[in-house]
Amino acid sequence: MRTIFFLLEKEFKQIFRNKGMLPILFVMPFVQLLVLANAATFEIQNLRLWLVDQDHSSFSRRVSGKFEASPYFRTVGNSSHIPAGEEALLTEQADLVLVIPKGFEKELSQEHNSDVQVVINAIDGMKGGLANGYAQAVLADFRKELLQENPSGSLSAVKQFSVQYANWYNEEMDYLTFMVPGILVLLVTMIGAFLSSMNIVREKEIGTIEQLNVTPIKKYQFIIGKLLPFWIIGLAMLAVGLLLAKLIYQTPMIGSLWALFGFAAVYLLVVLGFGLLISTTTDTQQQAMFISWFFLVIFILLSGLFTAVENMPPWAQVVTYLNPVRYFIEVTRMIMLKGAGFEEIRFHFTVISGFAIVFNGWAIWQYRKTV
Amino acid sequence: MTNLKRLKGFIKKEFIHIFRDKRTMVILFGMPIVQILLFGFAITNEIQEARIAILDMAKDPVSEELSQKIMSSGYFHLQATLQHPRQIEEVFKRGEVKQVIVFPHDLDRKLEKEHRAVIQLIADASDPNTGTSLMNYTSSIIRSFQQEKNQTTSQPYQLVPEVQMRYNPELKGVYMFVPGLITIILMLVSAMMTSITITREKELGTMEVLLASPMKPGLIIIAKVIPYIFLSFINALMILFLGKFVFGVPIKGSLVLLLGESLLFILTALSLGIFISTKTQSQQVALMVSLMGLMLPVIILSGFIFPIENMPFFLQLLSNIIPAKWFIIIVKGIMLKGAGMELLWKESLILLGFTAFFILLSIKNFKTRLA
Repeated sequence: MRTIFFLLEKEFKQIFRNKGMLPILFVMPFVQLLVLANAATFEIQNLRLWLVDQDHSSFSRRVSGKFEASPYFRTVGNSSHIPAGEEALLTEQADLVLVIPKGFEKELSQEHNSDVQVVINAIDGMKGGLANGYAQAVLADFRKELLQENPSGSLSAVKQFSVQYANWYNEEMDYLTFMVPGILVLLVTMIGAFLSSMNIVREKEIGTIEQLNVTPIKKYQFIIGKLLPFWIIGLAMLAVGLLLAKLIYQTPMIGSLWALFGFAAVYLLVVLGFGLLISTTTDTQQQAMFISWFFLVIFILLSGLFTAVENMPPWAQVVTYLNPVRYFIEVTRMIMLKGAGFEEIRFHFTVISGFAIVFNGWAIWQYRKTV
Repeated sequence: MTNLKRLKGFIKKEFIHIFRDKRTMVILFGMPIVQILLFGFAITNEIQEARIAILDMAKDPVSEELSQKIMSSGYFHLQATLQHPRQIEEVFKRGEVKQVIVFPHDLDRKLEKEHRAVIQLIADASDPNTGTSLMNYTSSIIRSFQQEKNQTTSQPYQLVPEVQMRYNPELKGVYMFVPGLITIILMLVSAMMTSITITREKELGTMEVLLASPMKPGLIIIAKVIPYIFLSFINALMILFLGKFVFGVPIKGSLVLLLGESLLFILTALSLGIFISTKTQSQQVALMVSLMGLMLPVIILSGFIFPIENMPFFLQLLSNIIPAKWFIIIVKGIMLKGAGMELLWKESLILLGFTAFFILLSIKNFKTRLA
């Protein structure tokens, strides 16, 4: 026990005397948490609309007025010729072009039929799809207005569904309550994994590992001494991060805080064990860094935070079951937003405990006190 | 002449240095390939097979027809058929479904008699981004169902927009992600590689040996960086090749221009790496800065996943100092829109500016260090 204590003291000293490292550990993560969470939204508003009005009629002005009034669109320019609109699309000045052809009002009121053209920049497929949906909704709305003004009897014959929306667990669709815990999870994971993956290999590269190897320290004591400081730092980061989230973004915490920290405690063991495994299997910090970077990019992008797991093809969804980050992201959501307790996260808990045993067992087995 | 000869010798030494580390070589070339394949297939925001539940209290022909239409769209997978509103809470809490569609009693009758019926969509908005997309998809299906239902009655004021999805007619997610992935991989690999290679020499003490040689410090750095330019460029080629032949992302513009711009971006990333290395004393700090400092900001603020126009204003400003943002615009422009230099000169100049800025700062730091 005393041995472990001394090892701990050594590790903490090493961390705290490294002045270059302190801001990276204790300032940068929180700045990123507070700043980046704001950026991670798919809430589409203010789509930039370029209007090509070739009709110049009261109808065409009403259509453009309706687009202007919608929260989803913002008119950035107009012209009476299509090429100018195309140009705006090409140069990224506009997201979509609405073309109201000549004779729009006349045709619509006489033949009850008219075409408008909507050209959308669809490179971002999802945004393009939404822009289309919103544009159609605005046009449908305009049509409804016309029908109401001219109740020629046919209006009542039109069967209509009205759709009622309800957003559970996050009524205002506030993406921050969803993103802040998620990004915190990513930051804690990155710090834990990078620190532990570079730790032992650093001693190898500098040559100090041999000094440690010749001491009577036992394998398990050595590993515990290496992991425990990072485990404590990780949990502290999580606590501070949650506190900041609560204070600044009023992130809800409906479920059990104990369950969250209980899970985090085991989760950090997984992350650290994973880093340790990398550290024991590589020869240089450069290799360790590349490998941990490789896995972390995969873990982060397949965690379900930025792109939902449901949207992935079935095989990729299966792959995400091997991704520890996915479990923690889900658990934060379940506990903080839906009010889950130990009972509901039992499955996640079991899997993550399994990971912890596998990674740490493997790492300890890999680490031999020989060179 | 002697200088040139020395430079050649140095570059040769660096190449030997890099190539004899077989492990790093495998990592360097293997990882981007694995990542682009994995992400190219797995990361998508297209809704497919999203798990939903239906609570059909009407159980009449209309509700059945509409459910069938919704389910046959391919976007959804019917995870559960609910019998009672109580069950909604249960399926959400267990995380089984993302959306519940509720058909109220007497849907059929209300539609016939009152020509108006309400359908309720309940989303699990703990993930607001997915929640919104699901709602949009479902309502557009309901809208088109409504149109079908009304086809028999004559409809005044038909306003049918002709919609063109420009640049990405099939709304493929991969069009968006391949340019983003190229950028992320080039940025992180190049910046990390250079930042570590220089700090490594410092840490191991071999930097002094190099500086004592008759080579000018600037030339030493150039010699160190050239092999990495070469390696990164090969990486870029491989990724573009995979994007085109595996994922079918077109290269509409000039390939030469695309490669030239890639080279420019690699230079930007490398100069950032050099800058980091002049600021740090140990590999560990250099790594943590380039990993922790670059990973999330580049993923989130570059427009890779989240559209920049939706971000709060201060983040839109902040995104301007992320070189990756400009490169993503360039790559998308050349590959998907067929844009040429006349449209991209501004972005290219900005990248050039970043490169010059980082190099100048590095030179300044480097000199003071020597004094």
